[in-house]
Amino acid sequence: MSDDPSESDPGDDGSGTLGYQQARWTDSDDRYEPLLSEKDTTEVAVGGDDSPLPDDLTRDSLELPALSEPELARHYTRLSQMNYGVESGPFPLGSCTMKYNPKFTEDVAALPDGAVHPDRPDDSVQGTLAVMAGLQDYLGRIGGMDAVTLQPPAGAAGEYAGILIAKAYHEANGEERTEVVVPDSAHGTNFASAALAGYDVVELPSAEDGRVDLDALEAAVGEDTAALMLTNPNTLGLFERDIEEIAEVVHDAGGLLYYDGANLNALLGRARPGDMGFDIMHYNVHKTFATPHGGGGPGAGPVGVKSDLAPYLPSPHVRERAGGSGYERYEPEHSVGKVHGFEGNWLVLIKAYAYIARLGDPGLADASAKAVLNANYLATQVDYEVPFGPFHHEFVASAGEQDAADVAKRMLDYGVHPPTTKWPEIVGEALMTEPTEVESKRTLDQLAAAFDAVAGEDDATLDAAPHETSARRIDQVAAARNPRLSWQALDDGS
Amino acid sequence: MTDNDTRGSPYAPHTEAETATMLDAVGVDSEEALFDIPEAVRFTDELGIEPESERAVRRDIERTLSRNDDLTELLGRGHYDHYVPSLVDHLADRSEFLTSYTQYQPEVAQGFLQALFEYQSMLVEFTGLDVANCSMYDAATALGEAATLAQRVRSVSGDRVLVPAHLAAGRRAVLENYADGAGVTVEAYPMDDGAVDTDALEGSMGEDVAMVYAETPTVRGVIEESLSAVGDLAAAQDALFCLGSDPVALALLEEPASVGADVVIGDASTLGLGRSYGMGLGMFATHEDYLRQVPGRLVGAGEDESGRRAYTLTLQTREQHIRKERATSNICTNQAWVALRTAIHAAWLGPDGLVELAEDCVRYPQDLAARLDEIEGVQAPVHDRHHFREFLARTDQPATAVAADLRDRGYAVHDVGEHLLQVCVTERTTAAVDGLVDAVAEVAP
Ligand SMILES: Cc1ncc(COP(=O)(O)O)c(C=O)c1O
Repeated sequence: MSDDPSESDPGDDGSGTLGYQQARWTDSDDRYEPLLSEKDTTEVAVGGDDSPLPDDLTRDSLELPALSEPELARHYTRLSQMNYGVESGPFPLGSCTMKYNPKFTEDVAALPDGAVHPDRPDDSVQGTLAVMAGLQDYLGRIGGMDAVTLQPPAGAAGEYAGILIAKAYHEANGEERTEVVVPDSAHGTNFASAALAGYDVVELPSAEDGRVDLDALEAAVGEDTAALMLTNPNTLGLFERDIEEIAEVVHDAGGLLYYDGANLNALLGRARPGDMGFDIMHYNVHKTFATPHGGGGPGAGPVGVKSDLAPYLPSPHVRERAGGSGYERYEPEHSVGKVHGFEGNWLVLIKAYAYIARLGDPGLADASAKAVLNANYLATQVDYEVPFGPFHHEFVASAGEQDAADVAKRMLDYGVHPPTTKWPEIVGEALMTEPTEVESKRTLDQLAAAFDAVAGEDDATLDAAPHETSARRIDQVAAARNPRLSWQALDDGS
Repeated sequence: MTDNDTRGSPYAPHTEAETATMLDAVGVDSEEALFDIPEAVRFTDELGIEPESERAVRRDIERTLSRNDDLTELLGRGHYDHYVPSLVDHLADRSEFLTSYTQYQPEVAQGFLQALFEYQSMLVEFTGLDVANCSMYDAATALGEAATLAQRVRSVSGDRVLVPAHLAAGRRAVLENYADGAGVTVEAYPMDDGAVDTDALEGSMGEDVAMVYAETPTVRGVIEESLSAVGDLAAAQDALFCLGSDPVALALLEEPASVGADVVIGDASTLGLGRSYGMGLGMFATHEDYLRQVPGRLVGAGEDESGRRAYTLTLQTREQHIRKERATSNICTNQAWVALRTAIHAAWLGPDGLVELAEDCVRYPQDLAARLDEIEGVQAPVHDRHHFREFLARTDQPATAVAADLRDRGYAVHDVGEHLLQVCVTERTTAAVDGLVDAVAEVAP
């Protein structure tokens, strides 16, 4: 075998791994695809005699690229070729639920009848309100919740809305509670959302089995506790078996139980947060309900609550009019106000509605079954140790002596997106892996072959990776030390 | 796969034989056996959602949405309707973009990172500020984030945020929530004929002010003329000056940095998205000094092992996944794909196209207001100011009645209470102006 690991030729070496070379457009030794600004920069004067505004109200000039449509089409097509998505190959990024995004949902979102302004009177947007009411209903059923708001534009915004609801509820009961309890294995947004709402965050250490430690919980919860935020199954993929006791401890202390819906894909049709004692939850529709992740967003983070919390939902909320004559928006009696300037990410919500309507009960239950089956099957095929179980839709393997970040870089060479790395911290060198239901056995075998190929490689090989991606290993530490965040900033120092 | 296959998930590729093989490999005899859910909390009922074919779902949603009235919308107040070129849909819909996620592995995500870097650069040009992030959810949450930033960076501990009395209710409501969590109070300062009343603002200033917010154009479409004075008032108290605008307006109006803006927020999706029931893209730009306090994702340029320039998410120690409750924001999933659309649209227009579009946004409302003003029972514009896209008109008849009559004739305008209507016109609706003028002439007198 050659010294250059890129020549170990995944794809035809009999190991079952995929061969892969990402597009690499470049026109010089010091860059890849040139920036728009390197293709053209044109400065136009603004103001002057033909301007409809006096010069003191206008800028002097505007300097931007001036390129033709064919040039732009090529620029962005090349950029897209230097980007990896779910349709490129497996994307088992743990906690992110990178499902296939059904094409027809894009067509539904593009319907001209849905492209309306939010300030129109209710009577003139009955179609839009009907879809919203329909999605609220679907989500309520799926989560076991009594009322749902669609306003939060992402999961973290849902957490924030949910914590505002808890705060308003306690205040209405004359209680000043100051703390939100969050397990150490929780996602960073849980901590940050509680803090944004003005709460002190109490971090809860996990028990040795990776779940909530009931003793630690009892110690952490008290009269200051506004809520406990929990993911179930948790970030290790483990179901919190003691969920009823957990709910009792929190409720006995007068606190509320918040469900982080990031892992709901494990439970569809088999268990519902509302039946486990959760009072408030968010849904990550870009995870569970297959709306595209769009290179970072947009998503949507609807929030469901039990009936006694419904009066606190953000405003406006959609409901069927008394007498069934259509739908209306109204301000809930004790509304927390707003978490989005209008009513959320409509174009995302309508895709989620279409997805749920397509799958229905059997499809949703099957999605979870196959997501859990895929994670379990993949784990049996992977050499890395998986210390915690039984897990559901995701597992956290340990890279052991290897550096998980380097393992991830090397996996890229085998045509797969690597797992989430180094989180949760309870597993050393964590490889948090969530294949989702959309991968076939053949793809899972290729994914396992990628894991195993990397598991068998030495540190030098891992350090030198990746080779097959558009860019080679990027020095992120240096990039942060000398931040250059715009093409204007490149002129000095690059 | 058939369209009528509604037995399981149509997007799970498993054959029965493969499922059996996989169960065997795991060592269980059914999928159910994989679920470690205590009996007491198992859900054994039906959700009651009937599966449907793709064709049926499309037809149902088409039918439902067709219940929206077919109105010509002359609506704005924070959500605008500009023509989005076909190029934007076709390029942004390329699945490598659409189906990717946050660029945790930059080596395999150079394309999106570069597009976001270019987007950030465009905002730097529009605002004149040093740093722009690659998205907040919308203008309202960006304003909220600006208030929390003001609270963090200010050397003197101010706890009041001053905002214009004319402010979209949604923006104000979101700001109130963010401010409340940060221990800041929000107060309105008065307007003078639709623009900042600088004397009144001066009277409200004090060393306990953390941030002064102004908009250009305002929610009523007024182009502010005393922004430098607002900037000076803020600076005199060491308060941040946050300016709200959008990229179309900023192609023409005074550069925010030149009037002393410390933070610029607004809806960047005025380019790239079009009408979408209020969905947006929060623009956020600020000074280099506040770099480490910026909320959200930042893309930076660095170098890869081959010595070429490459892009990566950077300064991540500001963010929730590292800094947890001490993060600069809770944002994770954001509006990146909308930012891609905005960048493509801005690039398609180019500097000439942008300035031309922005100039039209001044001319259209000017012309329309003049025509409406000729109609008996209508005075427009209410504010003796320059306007952008939209303006207020006063009607002798109650505004609610006039708006309803216009709706019957196929036009939607804002009813802002009592005798005030608000009308917005862009290149997408300018062709409808003749009809609107006729309709107003019928209903207003
Ligand atoms: C466990 C968990 N909670 C919360 C979130 C936040 O959701 P969003 O990114 O939609 O804001 C995530 C997202 O990655 C997550 O994995």
